[in-house]
Amino acid sequence: MAEFLMPQLGADMSAGKLLGWRKNVGESVSRGDIIADVETDKADIEIEVFTSGVIERILIQPGEKVPVGTVLAIIRREGEVAKGETPLAPRVAPSEAAPAKPVAPVLPARPSVSAAEPKRVHVSPVARKAAAELGIDLASLVGTGPGGRITLEDVQKAAQAKAAQPAPVPELDRRARMRQAIAAAMARSKREIPHYYLSTAIDMSRVMAWLTQENLKRSVEDRLVYGVLLLKAVALALHDVPELNSLWSAGKAVQLADVHVGAAISLRGGGLVAPALHNTDRQSLDELMKNFRDLVQRARAGSLRSSELSDPTITVTSLGEQGVDAVFGIIYPPQVALVGFGKITERPWSSAGQIVSRHAITATLSGDHRVTDGHRGGLFLAAVDRLLQEPEKL
Amino acid sequence: MTKDEIKETVLRALGQIAPEADLSQLKTNLRIRDQLDIDSMDLLNFVIGLHKEFKVEIPEADYAKLATLDGCVEYLASHRGT
Repeated sequence: MAEFLMPQLGADMSAGKLLGWRKNVGESVSRGDIIADVETDKADIEIEVFTSGVIERILIQPGEKVPVGTVLAIIRREGEVAKGETPLAPRVAPSEAAPAKPVAPVLPARPSVSAAEPKRVHVSPVARKAAAELGIDLASLVGTGPGGRITLEDVQKAAQAKAAQPAPVPELDRRARMRQAIAAAMARSKREIPHYYLSTAIDMSRVMAWLTQENLKRSVEDRLVYGVLLLKAVALALHDVPELNSLWSAGKAVQLADVHVGAAISLRGGGLVAPALHNTDRQSLDELMKNFRDLVQRARAGSLRSSELSDPTITVTSLGEQGVDAVFGIIYPPQVALVGFGKITERPWSSAGQIVSRHAITATLSGDHRVTDGHRGGLFLAAVDRLLQEPEKL
Repeated sequence: MTKDEIKETVLRALGQIAPEADLSQLKTNLRIRDQLDIDSMDLLNFVIGLHKEFKVEIPEADYAKLATLDGCVEYLASHRGT
């Protein structure tokens, strides 16, 4: 049996609210299928399953908010035999940020009260009148009178208790919760990661000239934006300095073979997400463009997949279109590096003893000093520069 | 297609990339990009939307002519069927 858990979709997520199941008990699922939808502070996410089999049990019901790591469902792997109907309680993951709250039992065991079978309440007429006036639900009271009869005193005590309760705190809206989540992750990053920052100016003349010529040959739907070339150059440069493509885990850096660049995407109305473009280094520019367009649209429409939020190995952020010269970003844990790009501007450039005018961009690296130092970071930025001088090879 | 009909269609294409925007408040002579906070990916999607609606091939060099709603209407009115 495999446990299907509330996933960790980034350092800024401590809990998630299950919005709904797309599969029922007894239905088959395949690795990669989207089987649930979860609300996080930043977005509604489609949750993929990474085990093929049959849904054996559903432990968490729509509407419940549970910590990351909580078992949401049990999946019987292909070839496994179904177990008996042994009751299985949900196991809620411990969490500092979101303490485990009592979770409702498995649905079949949950007592239900149907409209056709109203709960019988024994109550005195005067108590019933008082309850109506005070807005007390008689069904929620336990009577202390003879035979469990609800008395006037029971109703008055309930009314006093209700009045003593603090007013419910209005739930923060999505934007406020997103800001809180970003703040928590960035504060943690600044607290735990010894950042160092490097920057370099890169001549973009060849990129812009190549892109102009390339896009002249292409139909509107197939045109490229320069941001895609930046993403590809970063992904390939990681081959030169692979330790930047690591995640910090249990006190050490774990270098990863696959390069999944997280592209920072601003959301309308504020906030941002940085979902992964999987295997960025292995995609052609056409594939990257198609997938990047799709990712931006889905990020803004709120339909990202769980793997896109959990898999980035490095983040690229570009604020050039906002007129920013250079970005010195904060690393998104557990990643160990972030690459920033400013705007492309025409600048005086020294070349072969002459001052010429060139289109240039400032590339920056925020690095985790526990994993790399400035020397290796410098080599990485030099590799990005070198790759961008031959855009046709990207 | 009249200019009003072209404007309607342009606004529909803008609504696709900025669904949350109140397009009735859009100033026709000011830059769309600044008013709707759209980026180059949005712009590309907008141009693709116009291409589909009007069957007009819009070269990158002409993107600047689409900066305002008035500019879009003028450009598309003169390039439709070309």
